[in-house]
Amino acid sequence: MTSLPSQPSLKKMGLVIDLDTCVGCHACVVACKGWNTENYGAPLADKDAYGAEPVGSFLNRIHSYEVTPEVGPAQTVHFPKSCLHCEDAPCVTVCPTGASYKRVEDGIVLVNESDCIGCGLCAWACPYGAREMDPVEKVMKKCTLCVDRIYNDNLPEVDQVPACVRTCPAGARHFGDLGDAESDVSKLVAERGGFDLMPEQGTKPVNQYLPPRPRDAWVAEEDDDTQIDVLAPFLAPVAEEPKGFFGWLDKALERL
Amino acid sequence: MHPAPSIILFTVLSGLGFGLLFFLGLDMPPVSGWTAFWFLVIAYVLAVGGLLASTFHLGHPERALKSFTQWRSSWLSREGWASVATLLVMGAWGGLVVFFDTDILPLGWLGAVLSLITVGATSMIYTQLRTVPRWNHWHTPALFLLSALSGGALLAGQVTLAIVLLIATGLFQIWAWHAGDRRFAARGHTVSSATGLGRPGFVRLFEPPHTGSNYLTREMVFTVARRHVAKLRLIGLGLFSVLPVVLLLLPFNHFIALGAVLSHVAGAFVLRWLFFAQAEHVVGLYYGRRDPAGIAA
Ligand code: SF4
Ligand code: SF4
Ligand code: SF4
Repeated sequence: MTSLPSQPSLKKMGLVIDLDTCVGCHACVVACKGWNTENYGAPLADKDAYGAEPVGSFLNRIHSYEVTPEVGPAQTVHFPKSCLHCEDAPCVTVCPTGASYKRVEDGIVLVNESDCIGCGLCAWACPYGAREMDPVEKVMKKCTLCVDRIYNDNLPEVDQVPACVRTCPAGARHFGDLGDAESDVSKLVAERGGFDLMPEQGTKPVNQYLPPRPRDAWVAEEDDDTQIDVLAPFLAPVAEEPKGFFGWLDKALERL
Repeated sequence: MHPAPSIILFTVLSGLGFGLLFFLGLDMPPVSGWTAFWFLVIAYVLAVGGLLASTFHLGHPERALKSFTQWRSSWLSREGWASVATLLVMGAWGGLVVFFDTDILPLGWLGAVLSLITVGATSMIYTQLRTVPRWNHWHTPALFLLSALSGGALLAGQVTLAIVLLIATGLFQIWAWHAGDRRFAARGHTVSSATGLGRPGFVRLFEPPHTGSNYLTREMVFTVARRHVAKLRLIGLGLFSVLPVVLLLLPFNHFIALGAVLSHVAGAFVLRWLFFAQAEHVVGLYYGRRDPAGIAA
């Protein structure tokens, strides 16, 4: 079972995460933890939650990075990360028990918890840190793509998407079939230049990330009428060259 | 990676045990009766003890038998099969030698080959991980096999061969360190390839996802101070190769031989600790691990 499907599935269910719109609120983290604690599988535990060294298992975590572009000020990019349901999933093939598997029908990567021996090798094999051993149940936990929501006819249709997607107030997480070039998510990826994380690892992730858009500049180019800072022209510096004492000092220092 | 004592015990002890079984299977030295019995006991205590130690690492050791199912794809599963096969074949060979004074040569040879396959399979568990560039190279199986062979030769009292193997392994270890220190950067894993944001050196972690530690940071983002590494490498090599070789070159007596074995085993533990502690996992890039390529850029 821990061999990958011989043919990549036609259906590739996954997420598209928009790094431009994510505001770093961690709402998806909480929604994910809630849904996956109350529903399928071992609950996601917290240990020493109010103590000095709290730890817990999460299927989705938000990093924040500071990016300094070639020109212009640094910007903060919030970076949600959950399992990318890789097509060439190294976490699946290393598993000795068959607990980890990739579904033939839609490409979702899951763990059968009652077969897992908690060896942790699959977490070592994942480049993205998408698998965590539950500190209480001692079985491997990972994003299920909310497989118990997306096909669940007991839920209203609007809720038949992953909990993180449903909850995101910024609309930064999109869910759909990335194997279908005509799906909304595939079109979004094509339009916005979606990319793979760590492509050099050869995992062929299904989940895609959309790059942050370039930020508006305070002072636009001369001939650009998209100038957003209308007061800027009135604030142009009046004296480019220092005069008087500072002018003299400047020149004197220059000569040294 | 976190240098878990159970895994270090497992790889060192089982390496020594299967190394010794390799030489016993080849009739080096030719043994019979009680001598054979005690040699086999030492080998089995080491090999089986190592395997048992590895189960302490498991969250659910009671399900360990399930790990025999996936030999088609998983090296961990293959390692299980190889070790059981070796222990059965060498047990049959040893039983015949000890109790019936019959040495079936081909059976011993089969056991010797299986011993090496077992050590090789153990090393492949680590070698297969592209996420740990330091391990993901043929150097890893070569090092595990050489270590097991030198330890085995030493335990089997093959003095000349042990000297040659100890020196060879020591030299190979230095080469593996030299190459391993550069591999992470050479593979091009950077925080920019990890996040897809900007050029190397211009992306840095601003805030981690949580203020405490988590399973990932404990298990995979383990770092050893550089100055400690240099010292530990010297200590490890000294105990593993240099001191045993010097002792073996002295006029032989059993105490000196015991000293050589103890020093070698202590050195093997230091080197194996470094093997794990120094291995950098790419997930560290998401957690603000220093980015070697980025600093160079
Ligand atoms: S993101 Fe990690 S856990 Fe998920 S499929 Fe890829 S390798 Fe496996
Ligand atoms: S921790 Fe569980 S799922 Fe992961 S490799 Fe081990 S047995 Fe398989
Ligand atoms: S798809 Fe479900 S399990 Fe996966 S990160 Fe989102 S909420 Fe969590």
